[in-house]
Amino acid sequence: MAINWFKYSAPTTFYPLAGKLIPWFAVSSAILFAIGLYIGFVIAPADATQGEFYRIIFIHVPSSIISMFLYLIMAAYAALGLIFNTRLSSMMASAIAPTGALFAFISLWTGALWGKPMWGAWWVWDARLTSELILLFLYLGFIALHASIDDPRRADRAAALLALVGSVNVPIIYFSVKWWNTLHQGSTIKYSGTSMHVAMQQAMFTMLAACWLYAITIALMRVRSIILEREKNTKWITELAEVK
Amino acid sequence: MKPRQKRALYIVVAIIAVGLAVGLVLNALKDNVSLYFTPTQVFNNEAPQGHNFRIGGLVEEGSIQREKDGLTVHFMITDLKRKLPVVYKGILPDLFKEGKGVVAQGKMEADGVMHASEVLAKHDENYMPPEAADALKRAGADNAISSVPAIK
Repeated sequence: MAINWFKYSAPTTFYPLAGKLIPWFAVSSAILFAIGLYIGFVIAPADATQGEFYRIIFIHVPSSIISMFLYLIMAAYAALGLIFNTRLSSMMASAIAPTGALFAFISLWTGALWGKPMWGAWWVWDARLTSELILLFLYLGFIALHASIDDPRRADRAAALLALVGSVNVPIIYFSVKWWNTLHQGSTIKYSGTSMHVAMQQAMFTMLAACWLYAITIALMRVRSIILEREKNTKWITELAEVK
Repeated sequence: MKPRQKRALYIVVAIIAVGLAVGLVLNALKDNVSLYFTPTQVFNNEAPQGHNFRIGGLVEEGSIQREKDGLTVHFMITDLKRKLPVVYKGILPDLFKEGKGVVAQGKMEADGVMHASEVLAKHDENYMPPEAADALKRAGADNAISSVPAIK
């Protein structure tokens, strides 16, 4: 059976599909946030070295992971847009960028709040922190570049190039703690297993899932607005119930 | 080749080229990207002379000595091969403990002691409740939970 993948790359089919999916993602995200916060603050024990301070990990690690993954997804959509000239791919890339920037910011911010009591400094210019800061700038650069070009299709192409070049930074962030001496500790989640107590793990992974569902919800909501805005002169949009 | 396959190829080639370029640059800047030098590197004269730099390692067990003013602290930073004396006057982070990770920034003076202007604690990536940590300690696996910095 041949599935026509291009069918879903048409804004006409994707717009109503996204509309149907959003409530499911939103509700499951809210439920998982509640569960994750409960496990994180009530069930998970204090840490042997860091006491209660380590609990910021439950938002710090998920937002860092998502900020990196979202960048790769954004770059992949940007590449699809360049290769296949599909409008929706570029719109998805634009829809993901602000959420990615938000998570990169949360990651840096919670990292600073964690660093001050534990390390003794809000910020150090070590490889992990610096490359994550560059990630935030790449997101902001993508958004700014896209906004600075009037023709949306040309803006898509210029921003896509920036996104693709910047994707080199993501493996640098990930491996920075291995390649160089950093103040930031190594990865807790490794191929060989996770060096973390079980309840702490459950809280972290639940929060990770909740943040993912939140990111998907917001990206879909944003892409629907972008579709409406960019395709406003087409017939199918003028026939939509919510537009009439 | 269809135009879209060509575009895909360009993108792949461009990413590989940028990746290589960045890799070469980072490799050339290796020493500048690392936050600190290990004591072994300092003994091999790889650390800058007469400038501020950072040393990282573990606070050697039993090496912490406080002066009477309550603020000045003497300790040794070790990477389990070589060790260096450090003196610091100021408030230490809570996680500063013997056997734990530390990064000190300062200048090596003629007396061979680093006079630190900033001392940061480096913690490890293991998280466990105190009971589990105690159990590990009793089992003699103390090393498994102390942060041994990568020695490169």
